[in-house]
Parts: sequence; structure tokens; C-alpha cells
Amino acid sequence: MIQVRDLWKSFGENQVLKGITLTISRGETYVVLGGSGSGKTVLMKHVIGLFKPDRGSVHIDGVEISSLTGKALTEARGVFGMVFQGAALFDSMTVQENVAFPLVERGHAPAAEEVRERCLAKLKVVDLGEEVLERYPAELSGGMRKRVALARALVSDPQVVLYDEPTTGLDPITTAYVDGMILAAKEKLGITSMVISHDVASAFKVADRLAVLYDGHLVAEGTPAEVKASRDPYVQRYLSTWFEKQ
Amino acid sequence: MEGNATIPVKRAIFRAMNRLKAALEDFGSMIFFALEALAWAFRPPFRLGLILSQMAFIGVGSVFIVGVTGTFSGMVLALQGNYAMKQFAAEGYVGGSVALALARELAPVLTALMVTGRAGSAIATELGTMRVTEQIDAMDSMAVNPIQYLVVPRVIASILMFPALTMLFNVLGYMGAYVMGVYVAKIPVGPFIEHTRTFLVPADVVHGLWKAVLFGAVVSVITCWRGYSASGGSRGVGEGTTRAVVSSSIGILVVDYALTLFSVGS
Repeated sequence: MIQVRDLWKSFGENQVLKGITLTISRGETYVVLGGSGSGKTVLMKHVIGLFKPDRGSVHIDGVEISSLTGKALTEARGVFGMVFQGAALFDSMTVQENVAFPLVERGHAPAAEEVRERCLAKLKVVDLGEEVLERYPAELSGGMRKRVALARALVSDPQVVLYDEPTTGLDPITTAYVDGMILAAKEKLGITSMVISHDVASAFKVADRLAVLYDGHLVAEGTPAEVKASRDPYVQRYLSTWFEKQ
Repeated sequence: MEGNATIPVKRAIFRAMNRLKAALEDFGSMIFFALEALAWAFRPPFRLGLILSQMAFIGVGSVFIVGVTGTFSGMVLALQGNYAMKQFAAEGYVGGSVALALARELAPVLTALMVTGRAGSAIATELGTMRVTEQIDAMDSMAVNPIQYLVVPRVIASILMFPALTMLFNVLGYMGAYVMGVYVAKIPVGPFIEHTRTFLVPADVVHGLWKAVLFGAVVSVITCWRGYSASGGSRGVGEGTTRAVVSSSIGILVVDYALTLFSVGS
């Protein structure tokens, strides 16, 4: 489904990605773990074509998204839904307008009643109801904003959902809720997910496979058990921060 | 010794060259941004609702400030004109001079400067905030082109509303001049009106309106670009807004000079 091959990216003097190669299969939840500033978000933005690589390529179902521009790139992004770190809801729009945005603005908008029904259906997946439809993002809690962002990402029935730090800044109960939400999206809708996170607990809970990004390289990759058994010193140090607490 | 003394000079030249290079790159990026907006303006979907909403914000929302500026500019011009012309016993020419100055120069330039301060800064701040909070990336990720959705309606609305506001400035400015000239400075109505008719021809008004169209394009592209390319959190948005207003104001004056030179020669 997603193939990243030998991806290199620098910003000025700062070499962020140094030859990343990974494959994500259809229906799989793939988590990229790494510390702050390790280049996780940069990697994810390459997958959806928001950044162009200096070298290497990103293929989505055989189509090289990294070489597309203009209208072709805009259309290729139709397979994605993305949940941003800060939710990135449009603050001048209500919850309904936010969730309906991909339906209404991509052209061939459905009838208003159908739009409302589809919005409500996706809000129900994230345990939100009709009462939030007319609220603005500023009137919602952090957890609710993330849930609305997921509903927006799901409303156009994407094949792939990308999550950028979905649990950052959330309390433990909301974090557990968001983890459940990612698993539910996979189980109920069969969606392929790529999750960028530095939260070890969440990563091990939701991942089918995971990778650890450090200094521009993937220093470990595999199932949660395989990554946990990695002998790489950085991986051991990184994971010990959580496993030692258990 | 001599070699050591030249090192700071070389460094200063190197820094200046780097700044020049960065400024030229930024200007080039803005030109590509404008061309991209132009290309997206002719592709469906055409979002009339967004254009109307921006016309309301940029145009209708600026009526008060442009009206006040126009009225007071006309009033001041009439009083100053009367003060100067009186020395040659030529007060009757005040109406015509004011109308000509307003139509060709003051209405388009002052309108553009006032709208830059009110709406241009708001555009840069809004798009800058959307950029740093990833709302623009979110739009991109949903297969909706942000230049088409956010920039094109603002550019079209500015191109349409700047001339309309300029015309408002013209009308209110002349009315202000009339009240001051005729009722305060006691200039006879006949010469005041008659010299306006002989001095001012429709081509002068059209000249001013064309200027306004170009100012609308310049201001909207610069302010949208400064917001769209903002980075570095709220500080970056603030800097982007400041640069948007300064660059737009300079842009208006430079374009005005070029158009005037082209129109009337040296």
C-alpha cells in the first residue's frame, strides 16, 4: 500500500532523514516512534506529498506521490485522511462545517441532508453526537478536538489515515480513549493507519508493526515484540523509559 | 596586518550578499505564488460564496475608514488649495484641482493604504495563523488546494473592491471639498463647479480606477504570500503581518510612481 524507498531530506544544513525505507501493508497499523525533532512528522508529510524528498521516493498503491504536482497531487491525496498533532480544525468553522469540509469542497458535493448524515455517522464512530455540530473548535476540549479531527479524516472514507502525535498533550484517560479510537477505525472500517508518536505505551497498544526513528535512520523495525527485543542501544534506552515503569 | 583588516569588510559584504540573495529568492517565490493563484483562478470549482464573503470583508468592511479618510482628505485639500490659490486670486480653481488630485492620485493611493492597514493585515494574520497551526496543511491533506480556496477569493475580491472603494473616496472627498470650499472658504459655486468640469475628464477617473485594480492585486498577493509563508509560531505570524503591511505600502507607492510615469511621462 505505502512504500517509502531510500528517503533523504534536509532543511538547510540540517539533514533530517537519511535514507528511510519502509513498507506498510493494506489494513495494517504502522507506528513510527521517535524523540522530539527526530523527523517523524517530516517523514509523514512526505507520505502525503506535503514535502518533496531530496532523494528517494514514496509510492502509494504503485503511484509515485513524491513526483506528482498540482492537480494530480491534489487528486492523489484523495486516498488519505490525516489527523494533525494540534487537530488543525478550521477555527472559523463549526464542527459540522469542519467534518463536512472534504465532502463539500472536493467537488460533486452530496445533498445537504446526506452531508449532515455522514457527518453524524462519523462523529458517532468517535462517540460524539448532534450536540457538538454547531459548536466552534474553541468551545471544545483538547480530546474532543482530536475526536472531531478523526471524524473529519474519516468522513470521505479514506483508505489510509495518518495520525501525527495523536496522544500528545492528553490526559491518561483521553489517551486511552484515542488509542481505542485508532483501533476502532481499523477494526470497524478496515483502514490502513500510519501513526507518528513518541508515546511508547500507545505505540505498543495500537501497532501491528512499528519502527524507531533516530538521527534520520530507522534503527529498529518489526512487530512490537521484535522491536522490544532489539539490541540497538538507542532503542533499549528509549523503550526502557516506559517499560521500567511497568 | 592588512589582510586581517579586510576580514570584517569581507564578512559584511558576504552577509549583505546573502541577504540580497534571500530577498531575491523570496521575491521570486512570491511571483510563482501569484502565477499559481492566477492558474487556480480559472479552474473549477469556482467558489462564488467565498469571493462574496471576502468582498464583504475587504470592501464593505472598509467603507467607514475609506469614507472618513476621503471626506477629511477632500476637506483639507480644499482649505489648503484655497490658502494657496487665494494669493493669485484663483480660488475658483480649487474645485477642479481637488477633483483632479483625488481622481488621479490621492483616492487610489490613500484608499489602498487604508485598506492595507485594515484588511491586508487581517489577511496576513489569518493565513499566517492557519499556516502555523497546520490548518493549511490539513486543507492540502484533504485534497483541497489552499491557494485556490484561500488565496484566489481574496485576490479577486481585492481586485473588485479596491476600485469601488476608490470611487467612494472620490465622491466623498469631492463632497468634503465642496462643503469646505463653498460654505467655509466662501468660494463662489459657479467657478468651483465649472472648473471641475473643465479640469476633470472621465479618463482621469478611469486612470485612478486602473491604479486601484493594480493596487488590489499587489496588496492581496503580498499580504496572502506573507501569511501563507509564515513560520515560527505566533512570533512568525507577527513578523509576517508587519512585513505584509510594510511591503504592501511600499509596493503601492512604487507601482503608483511607475504608472504615473508611464501615463504622463517625465
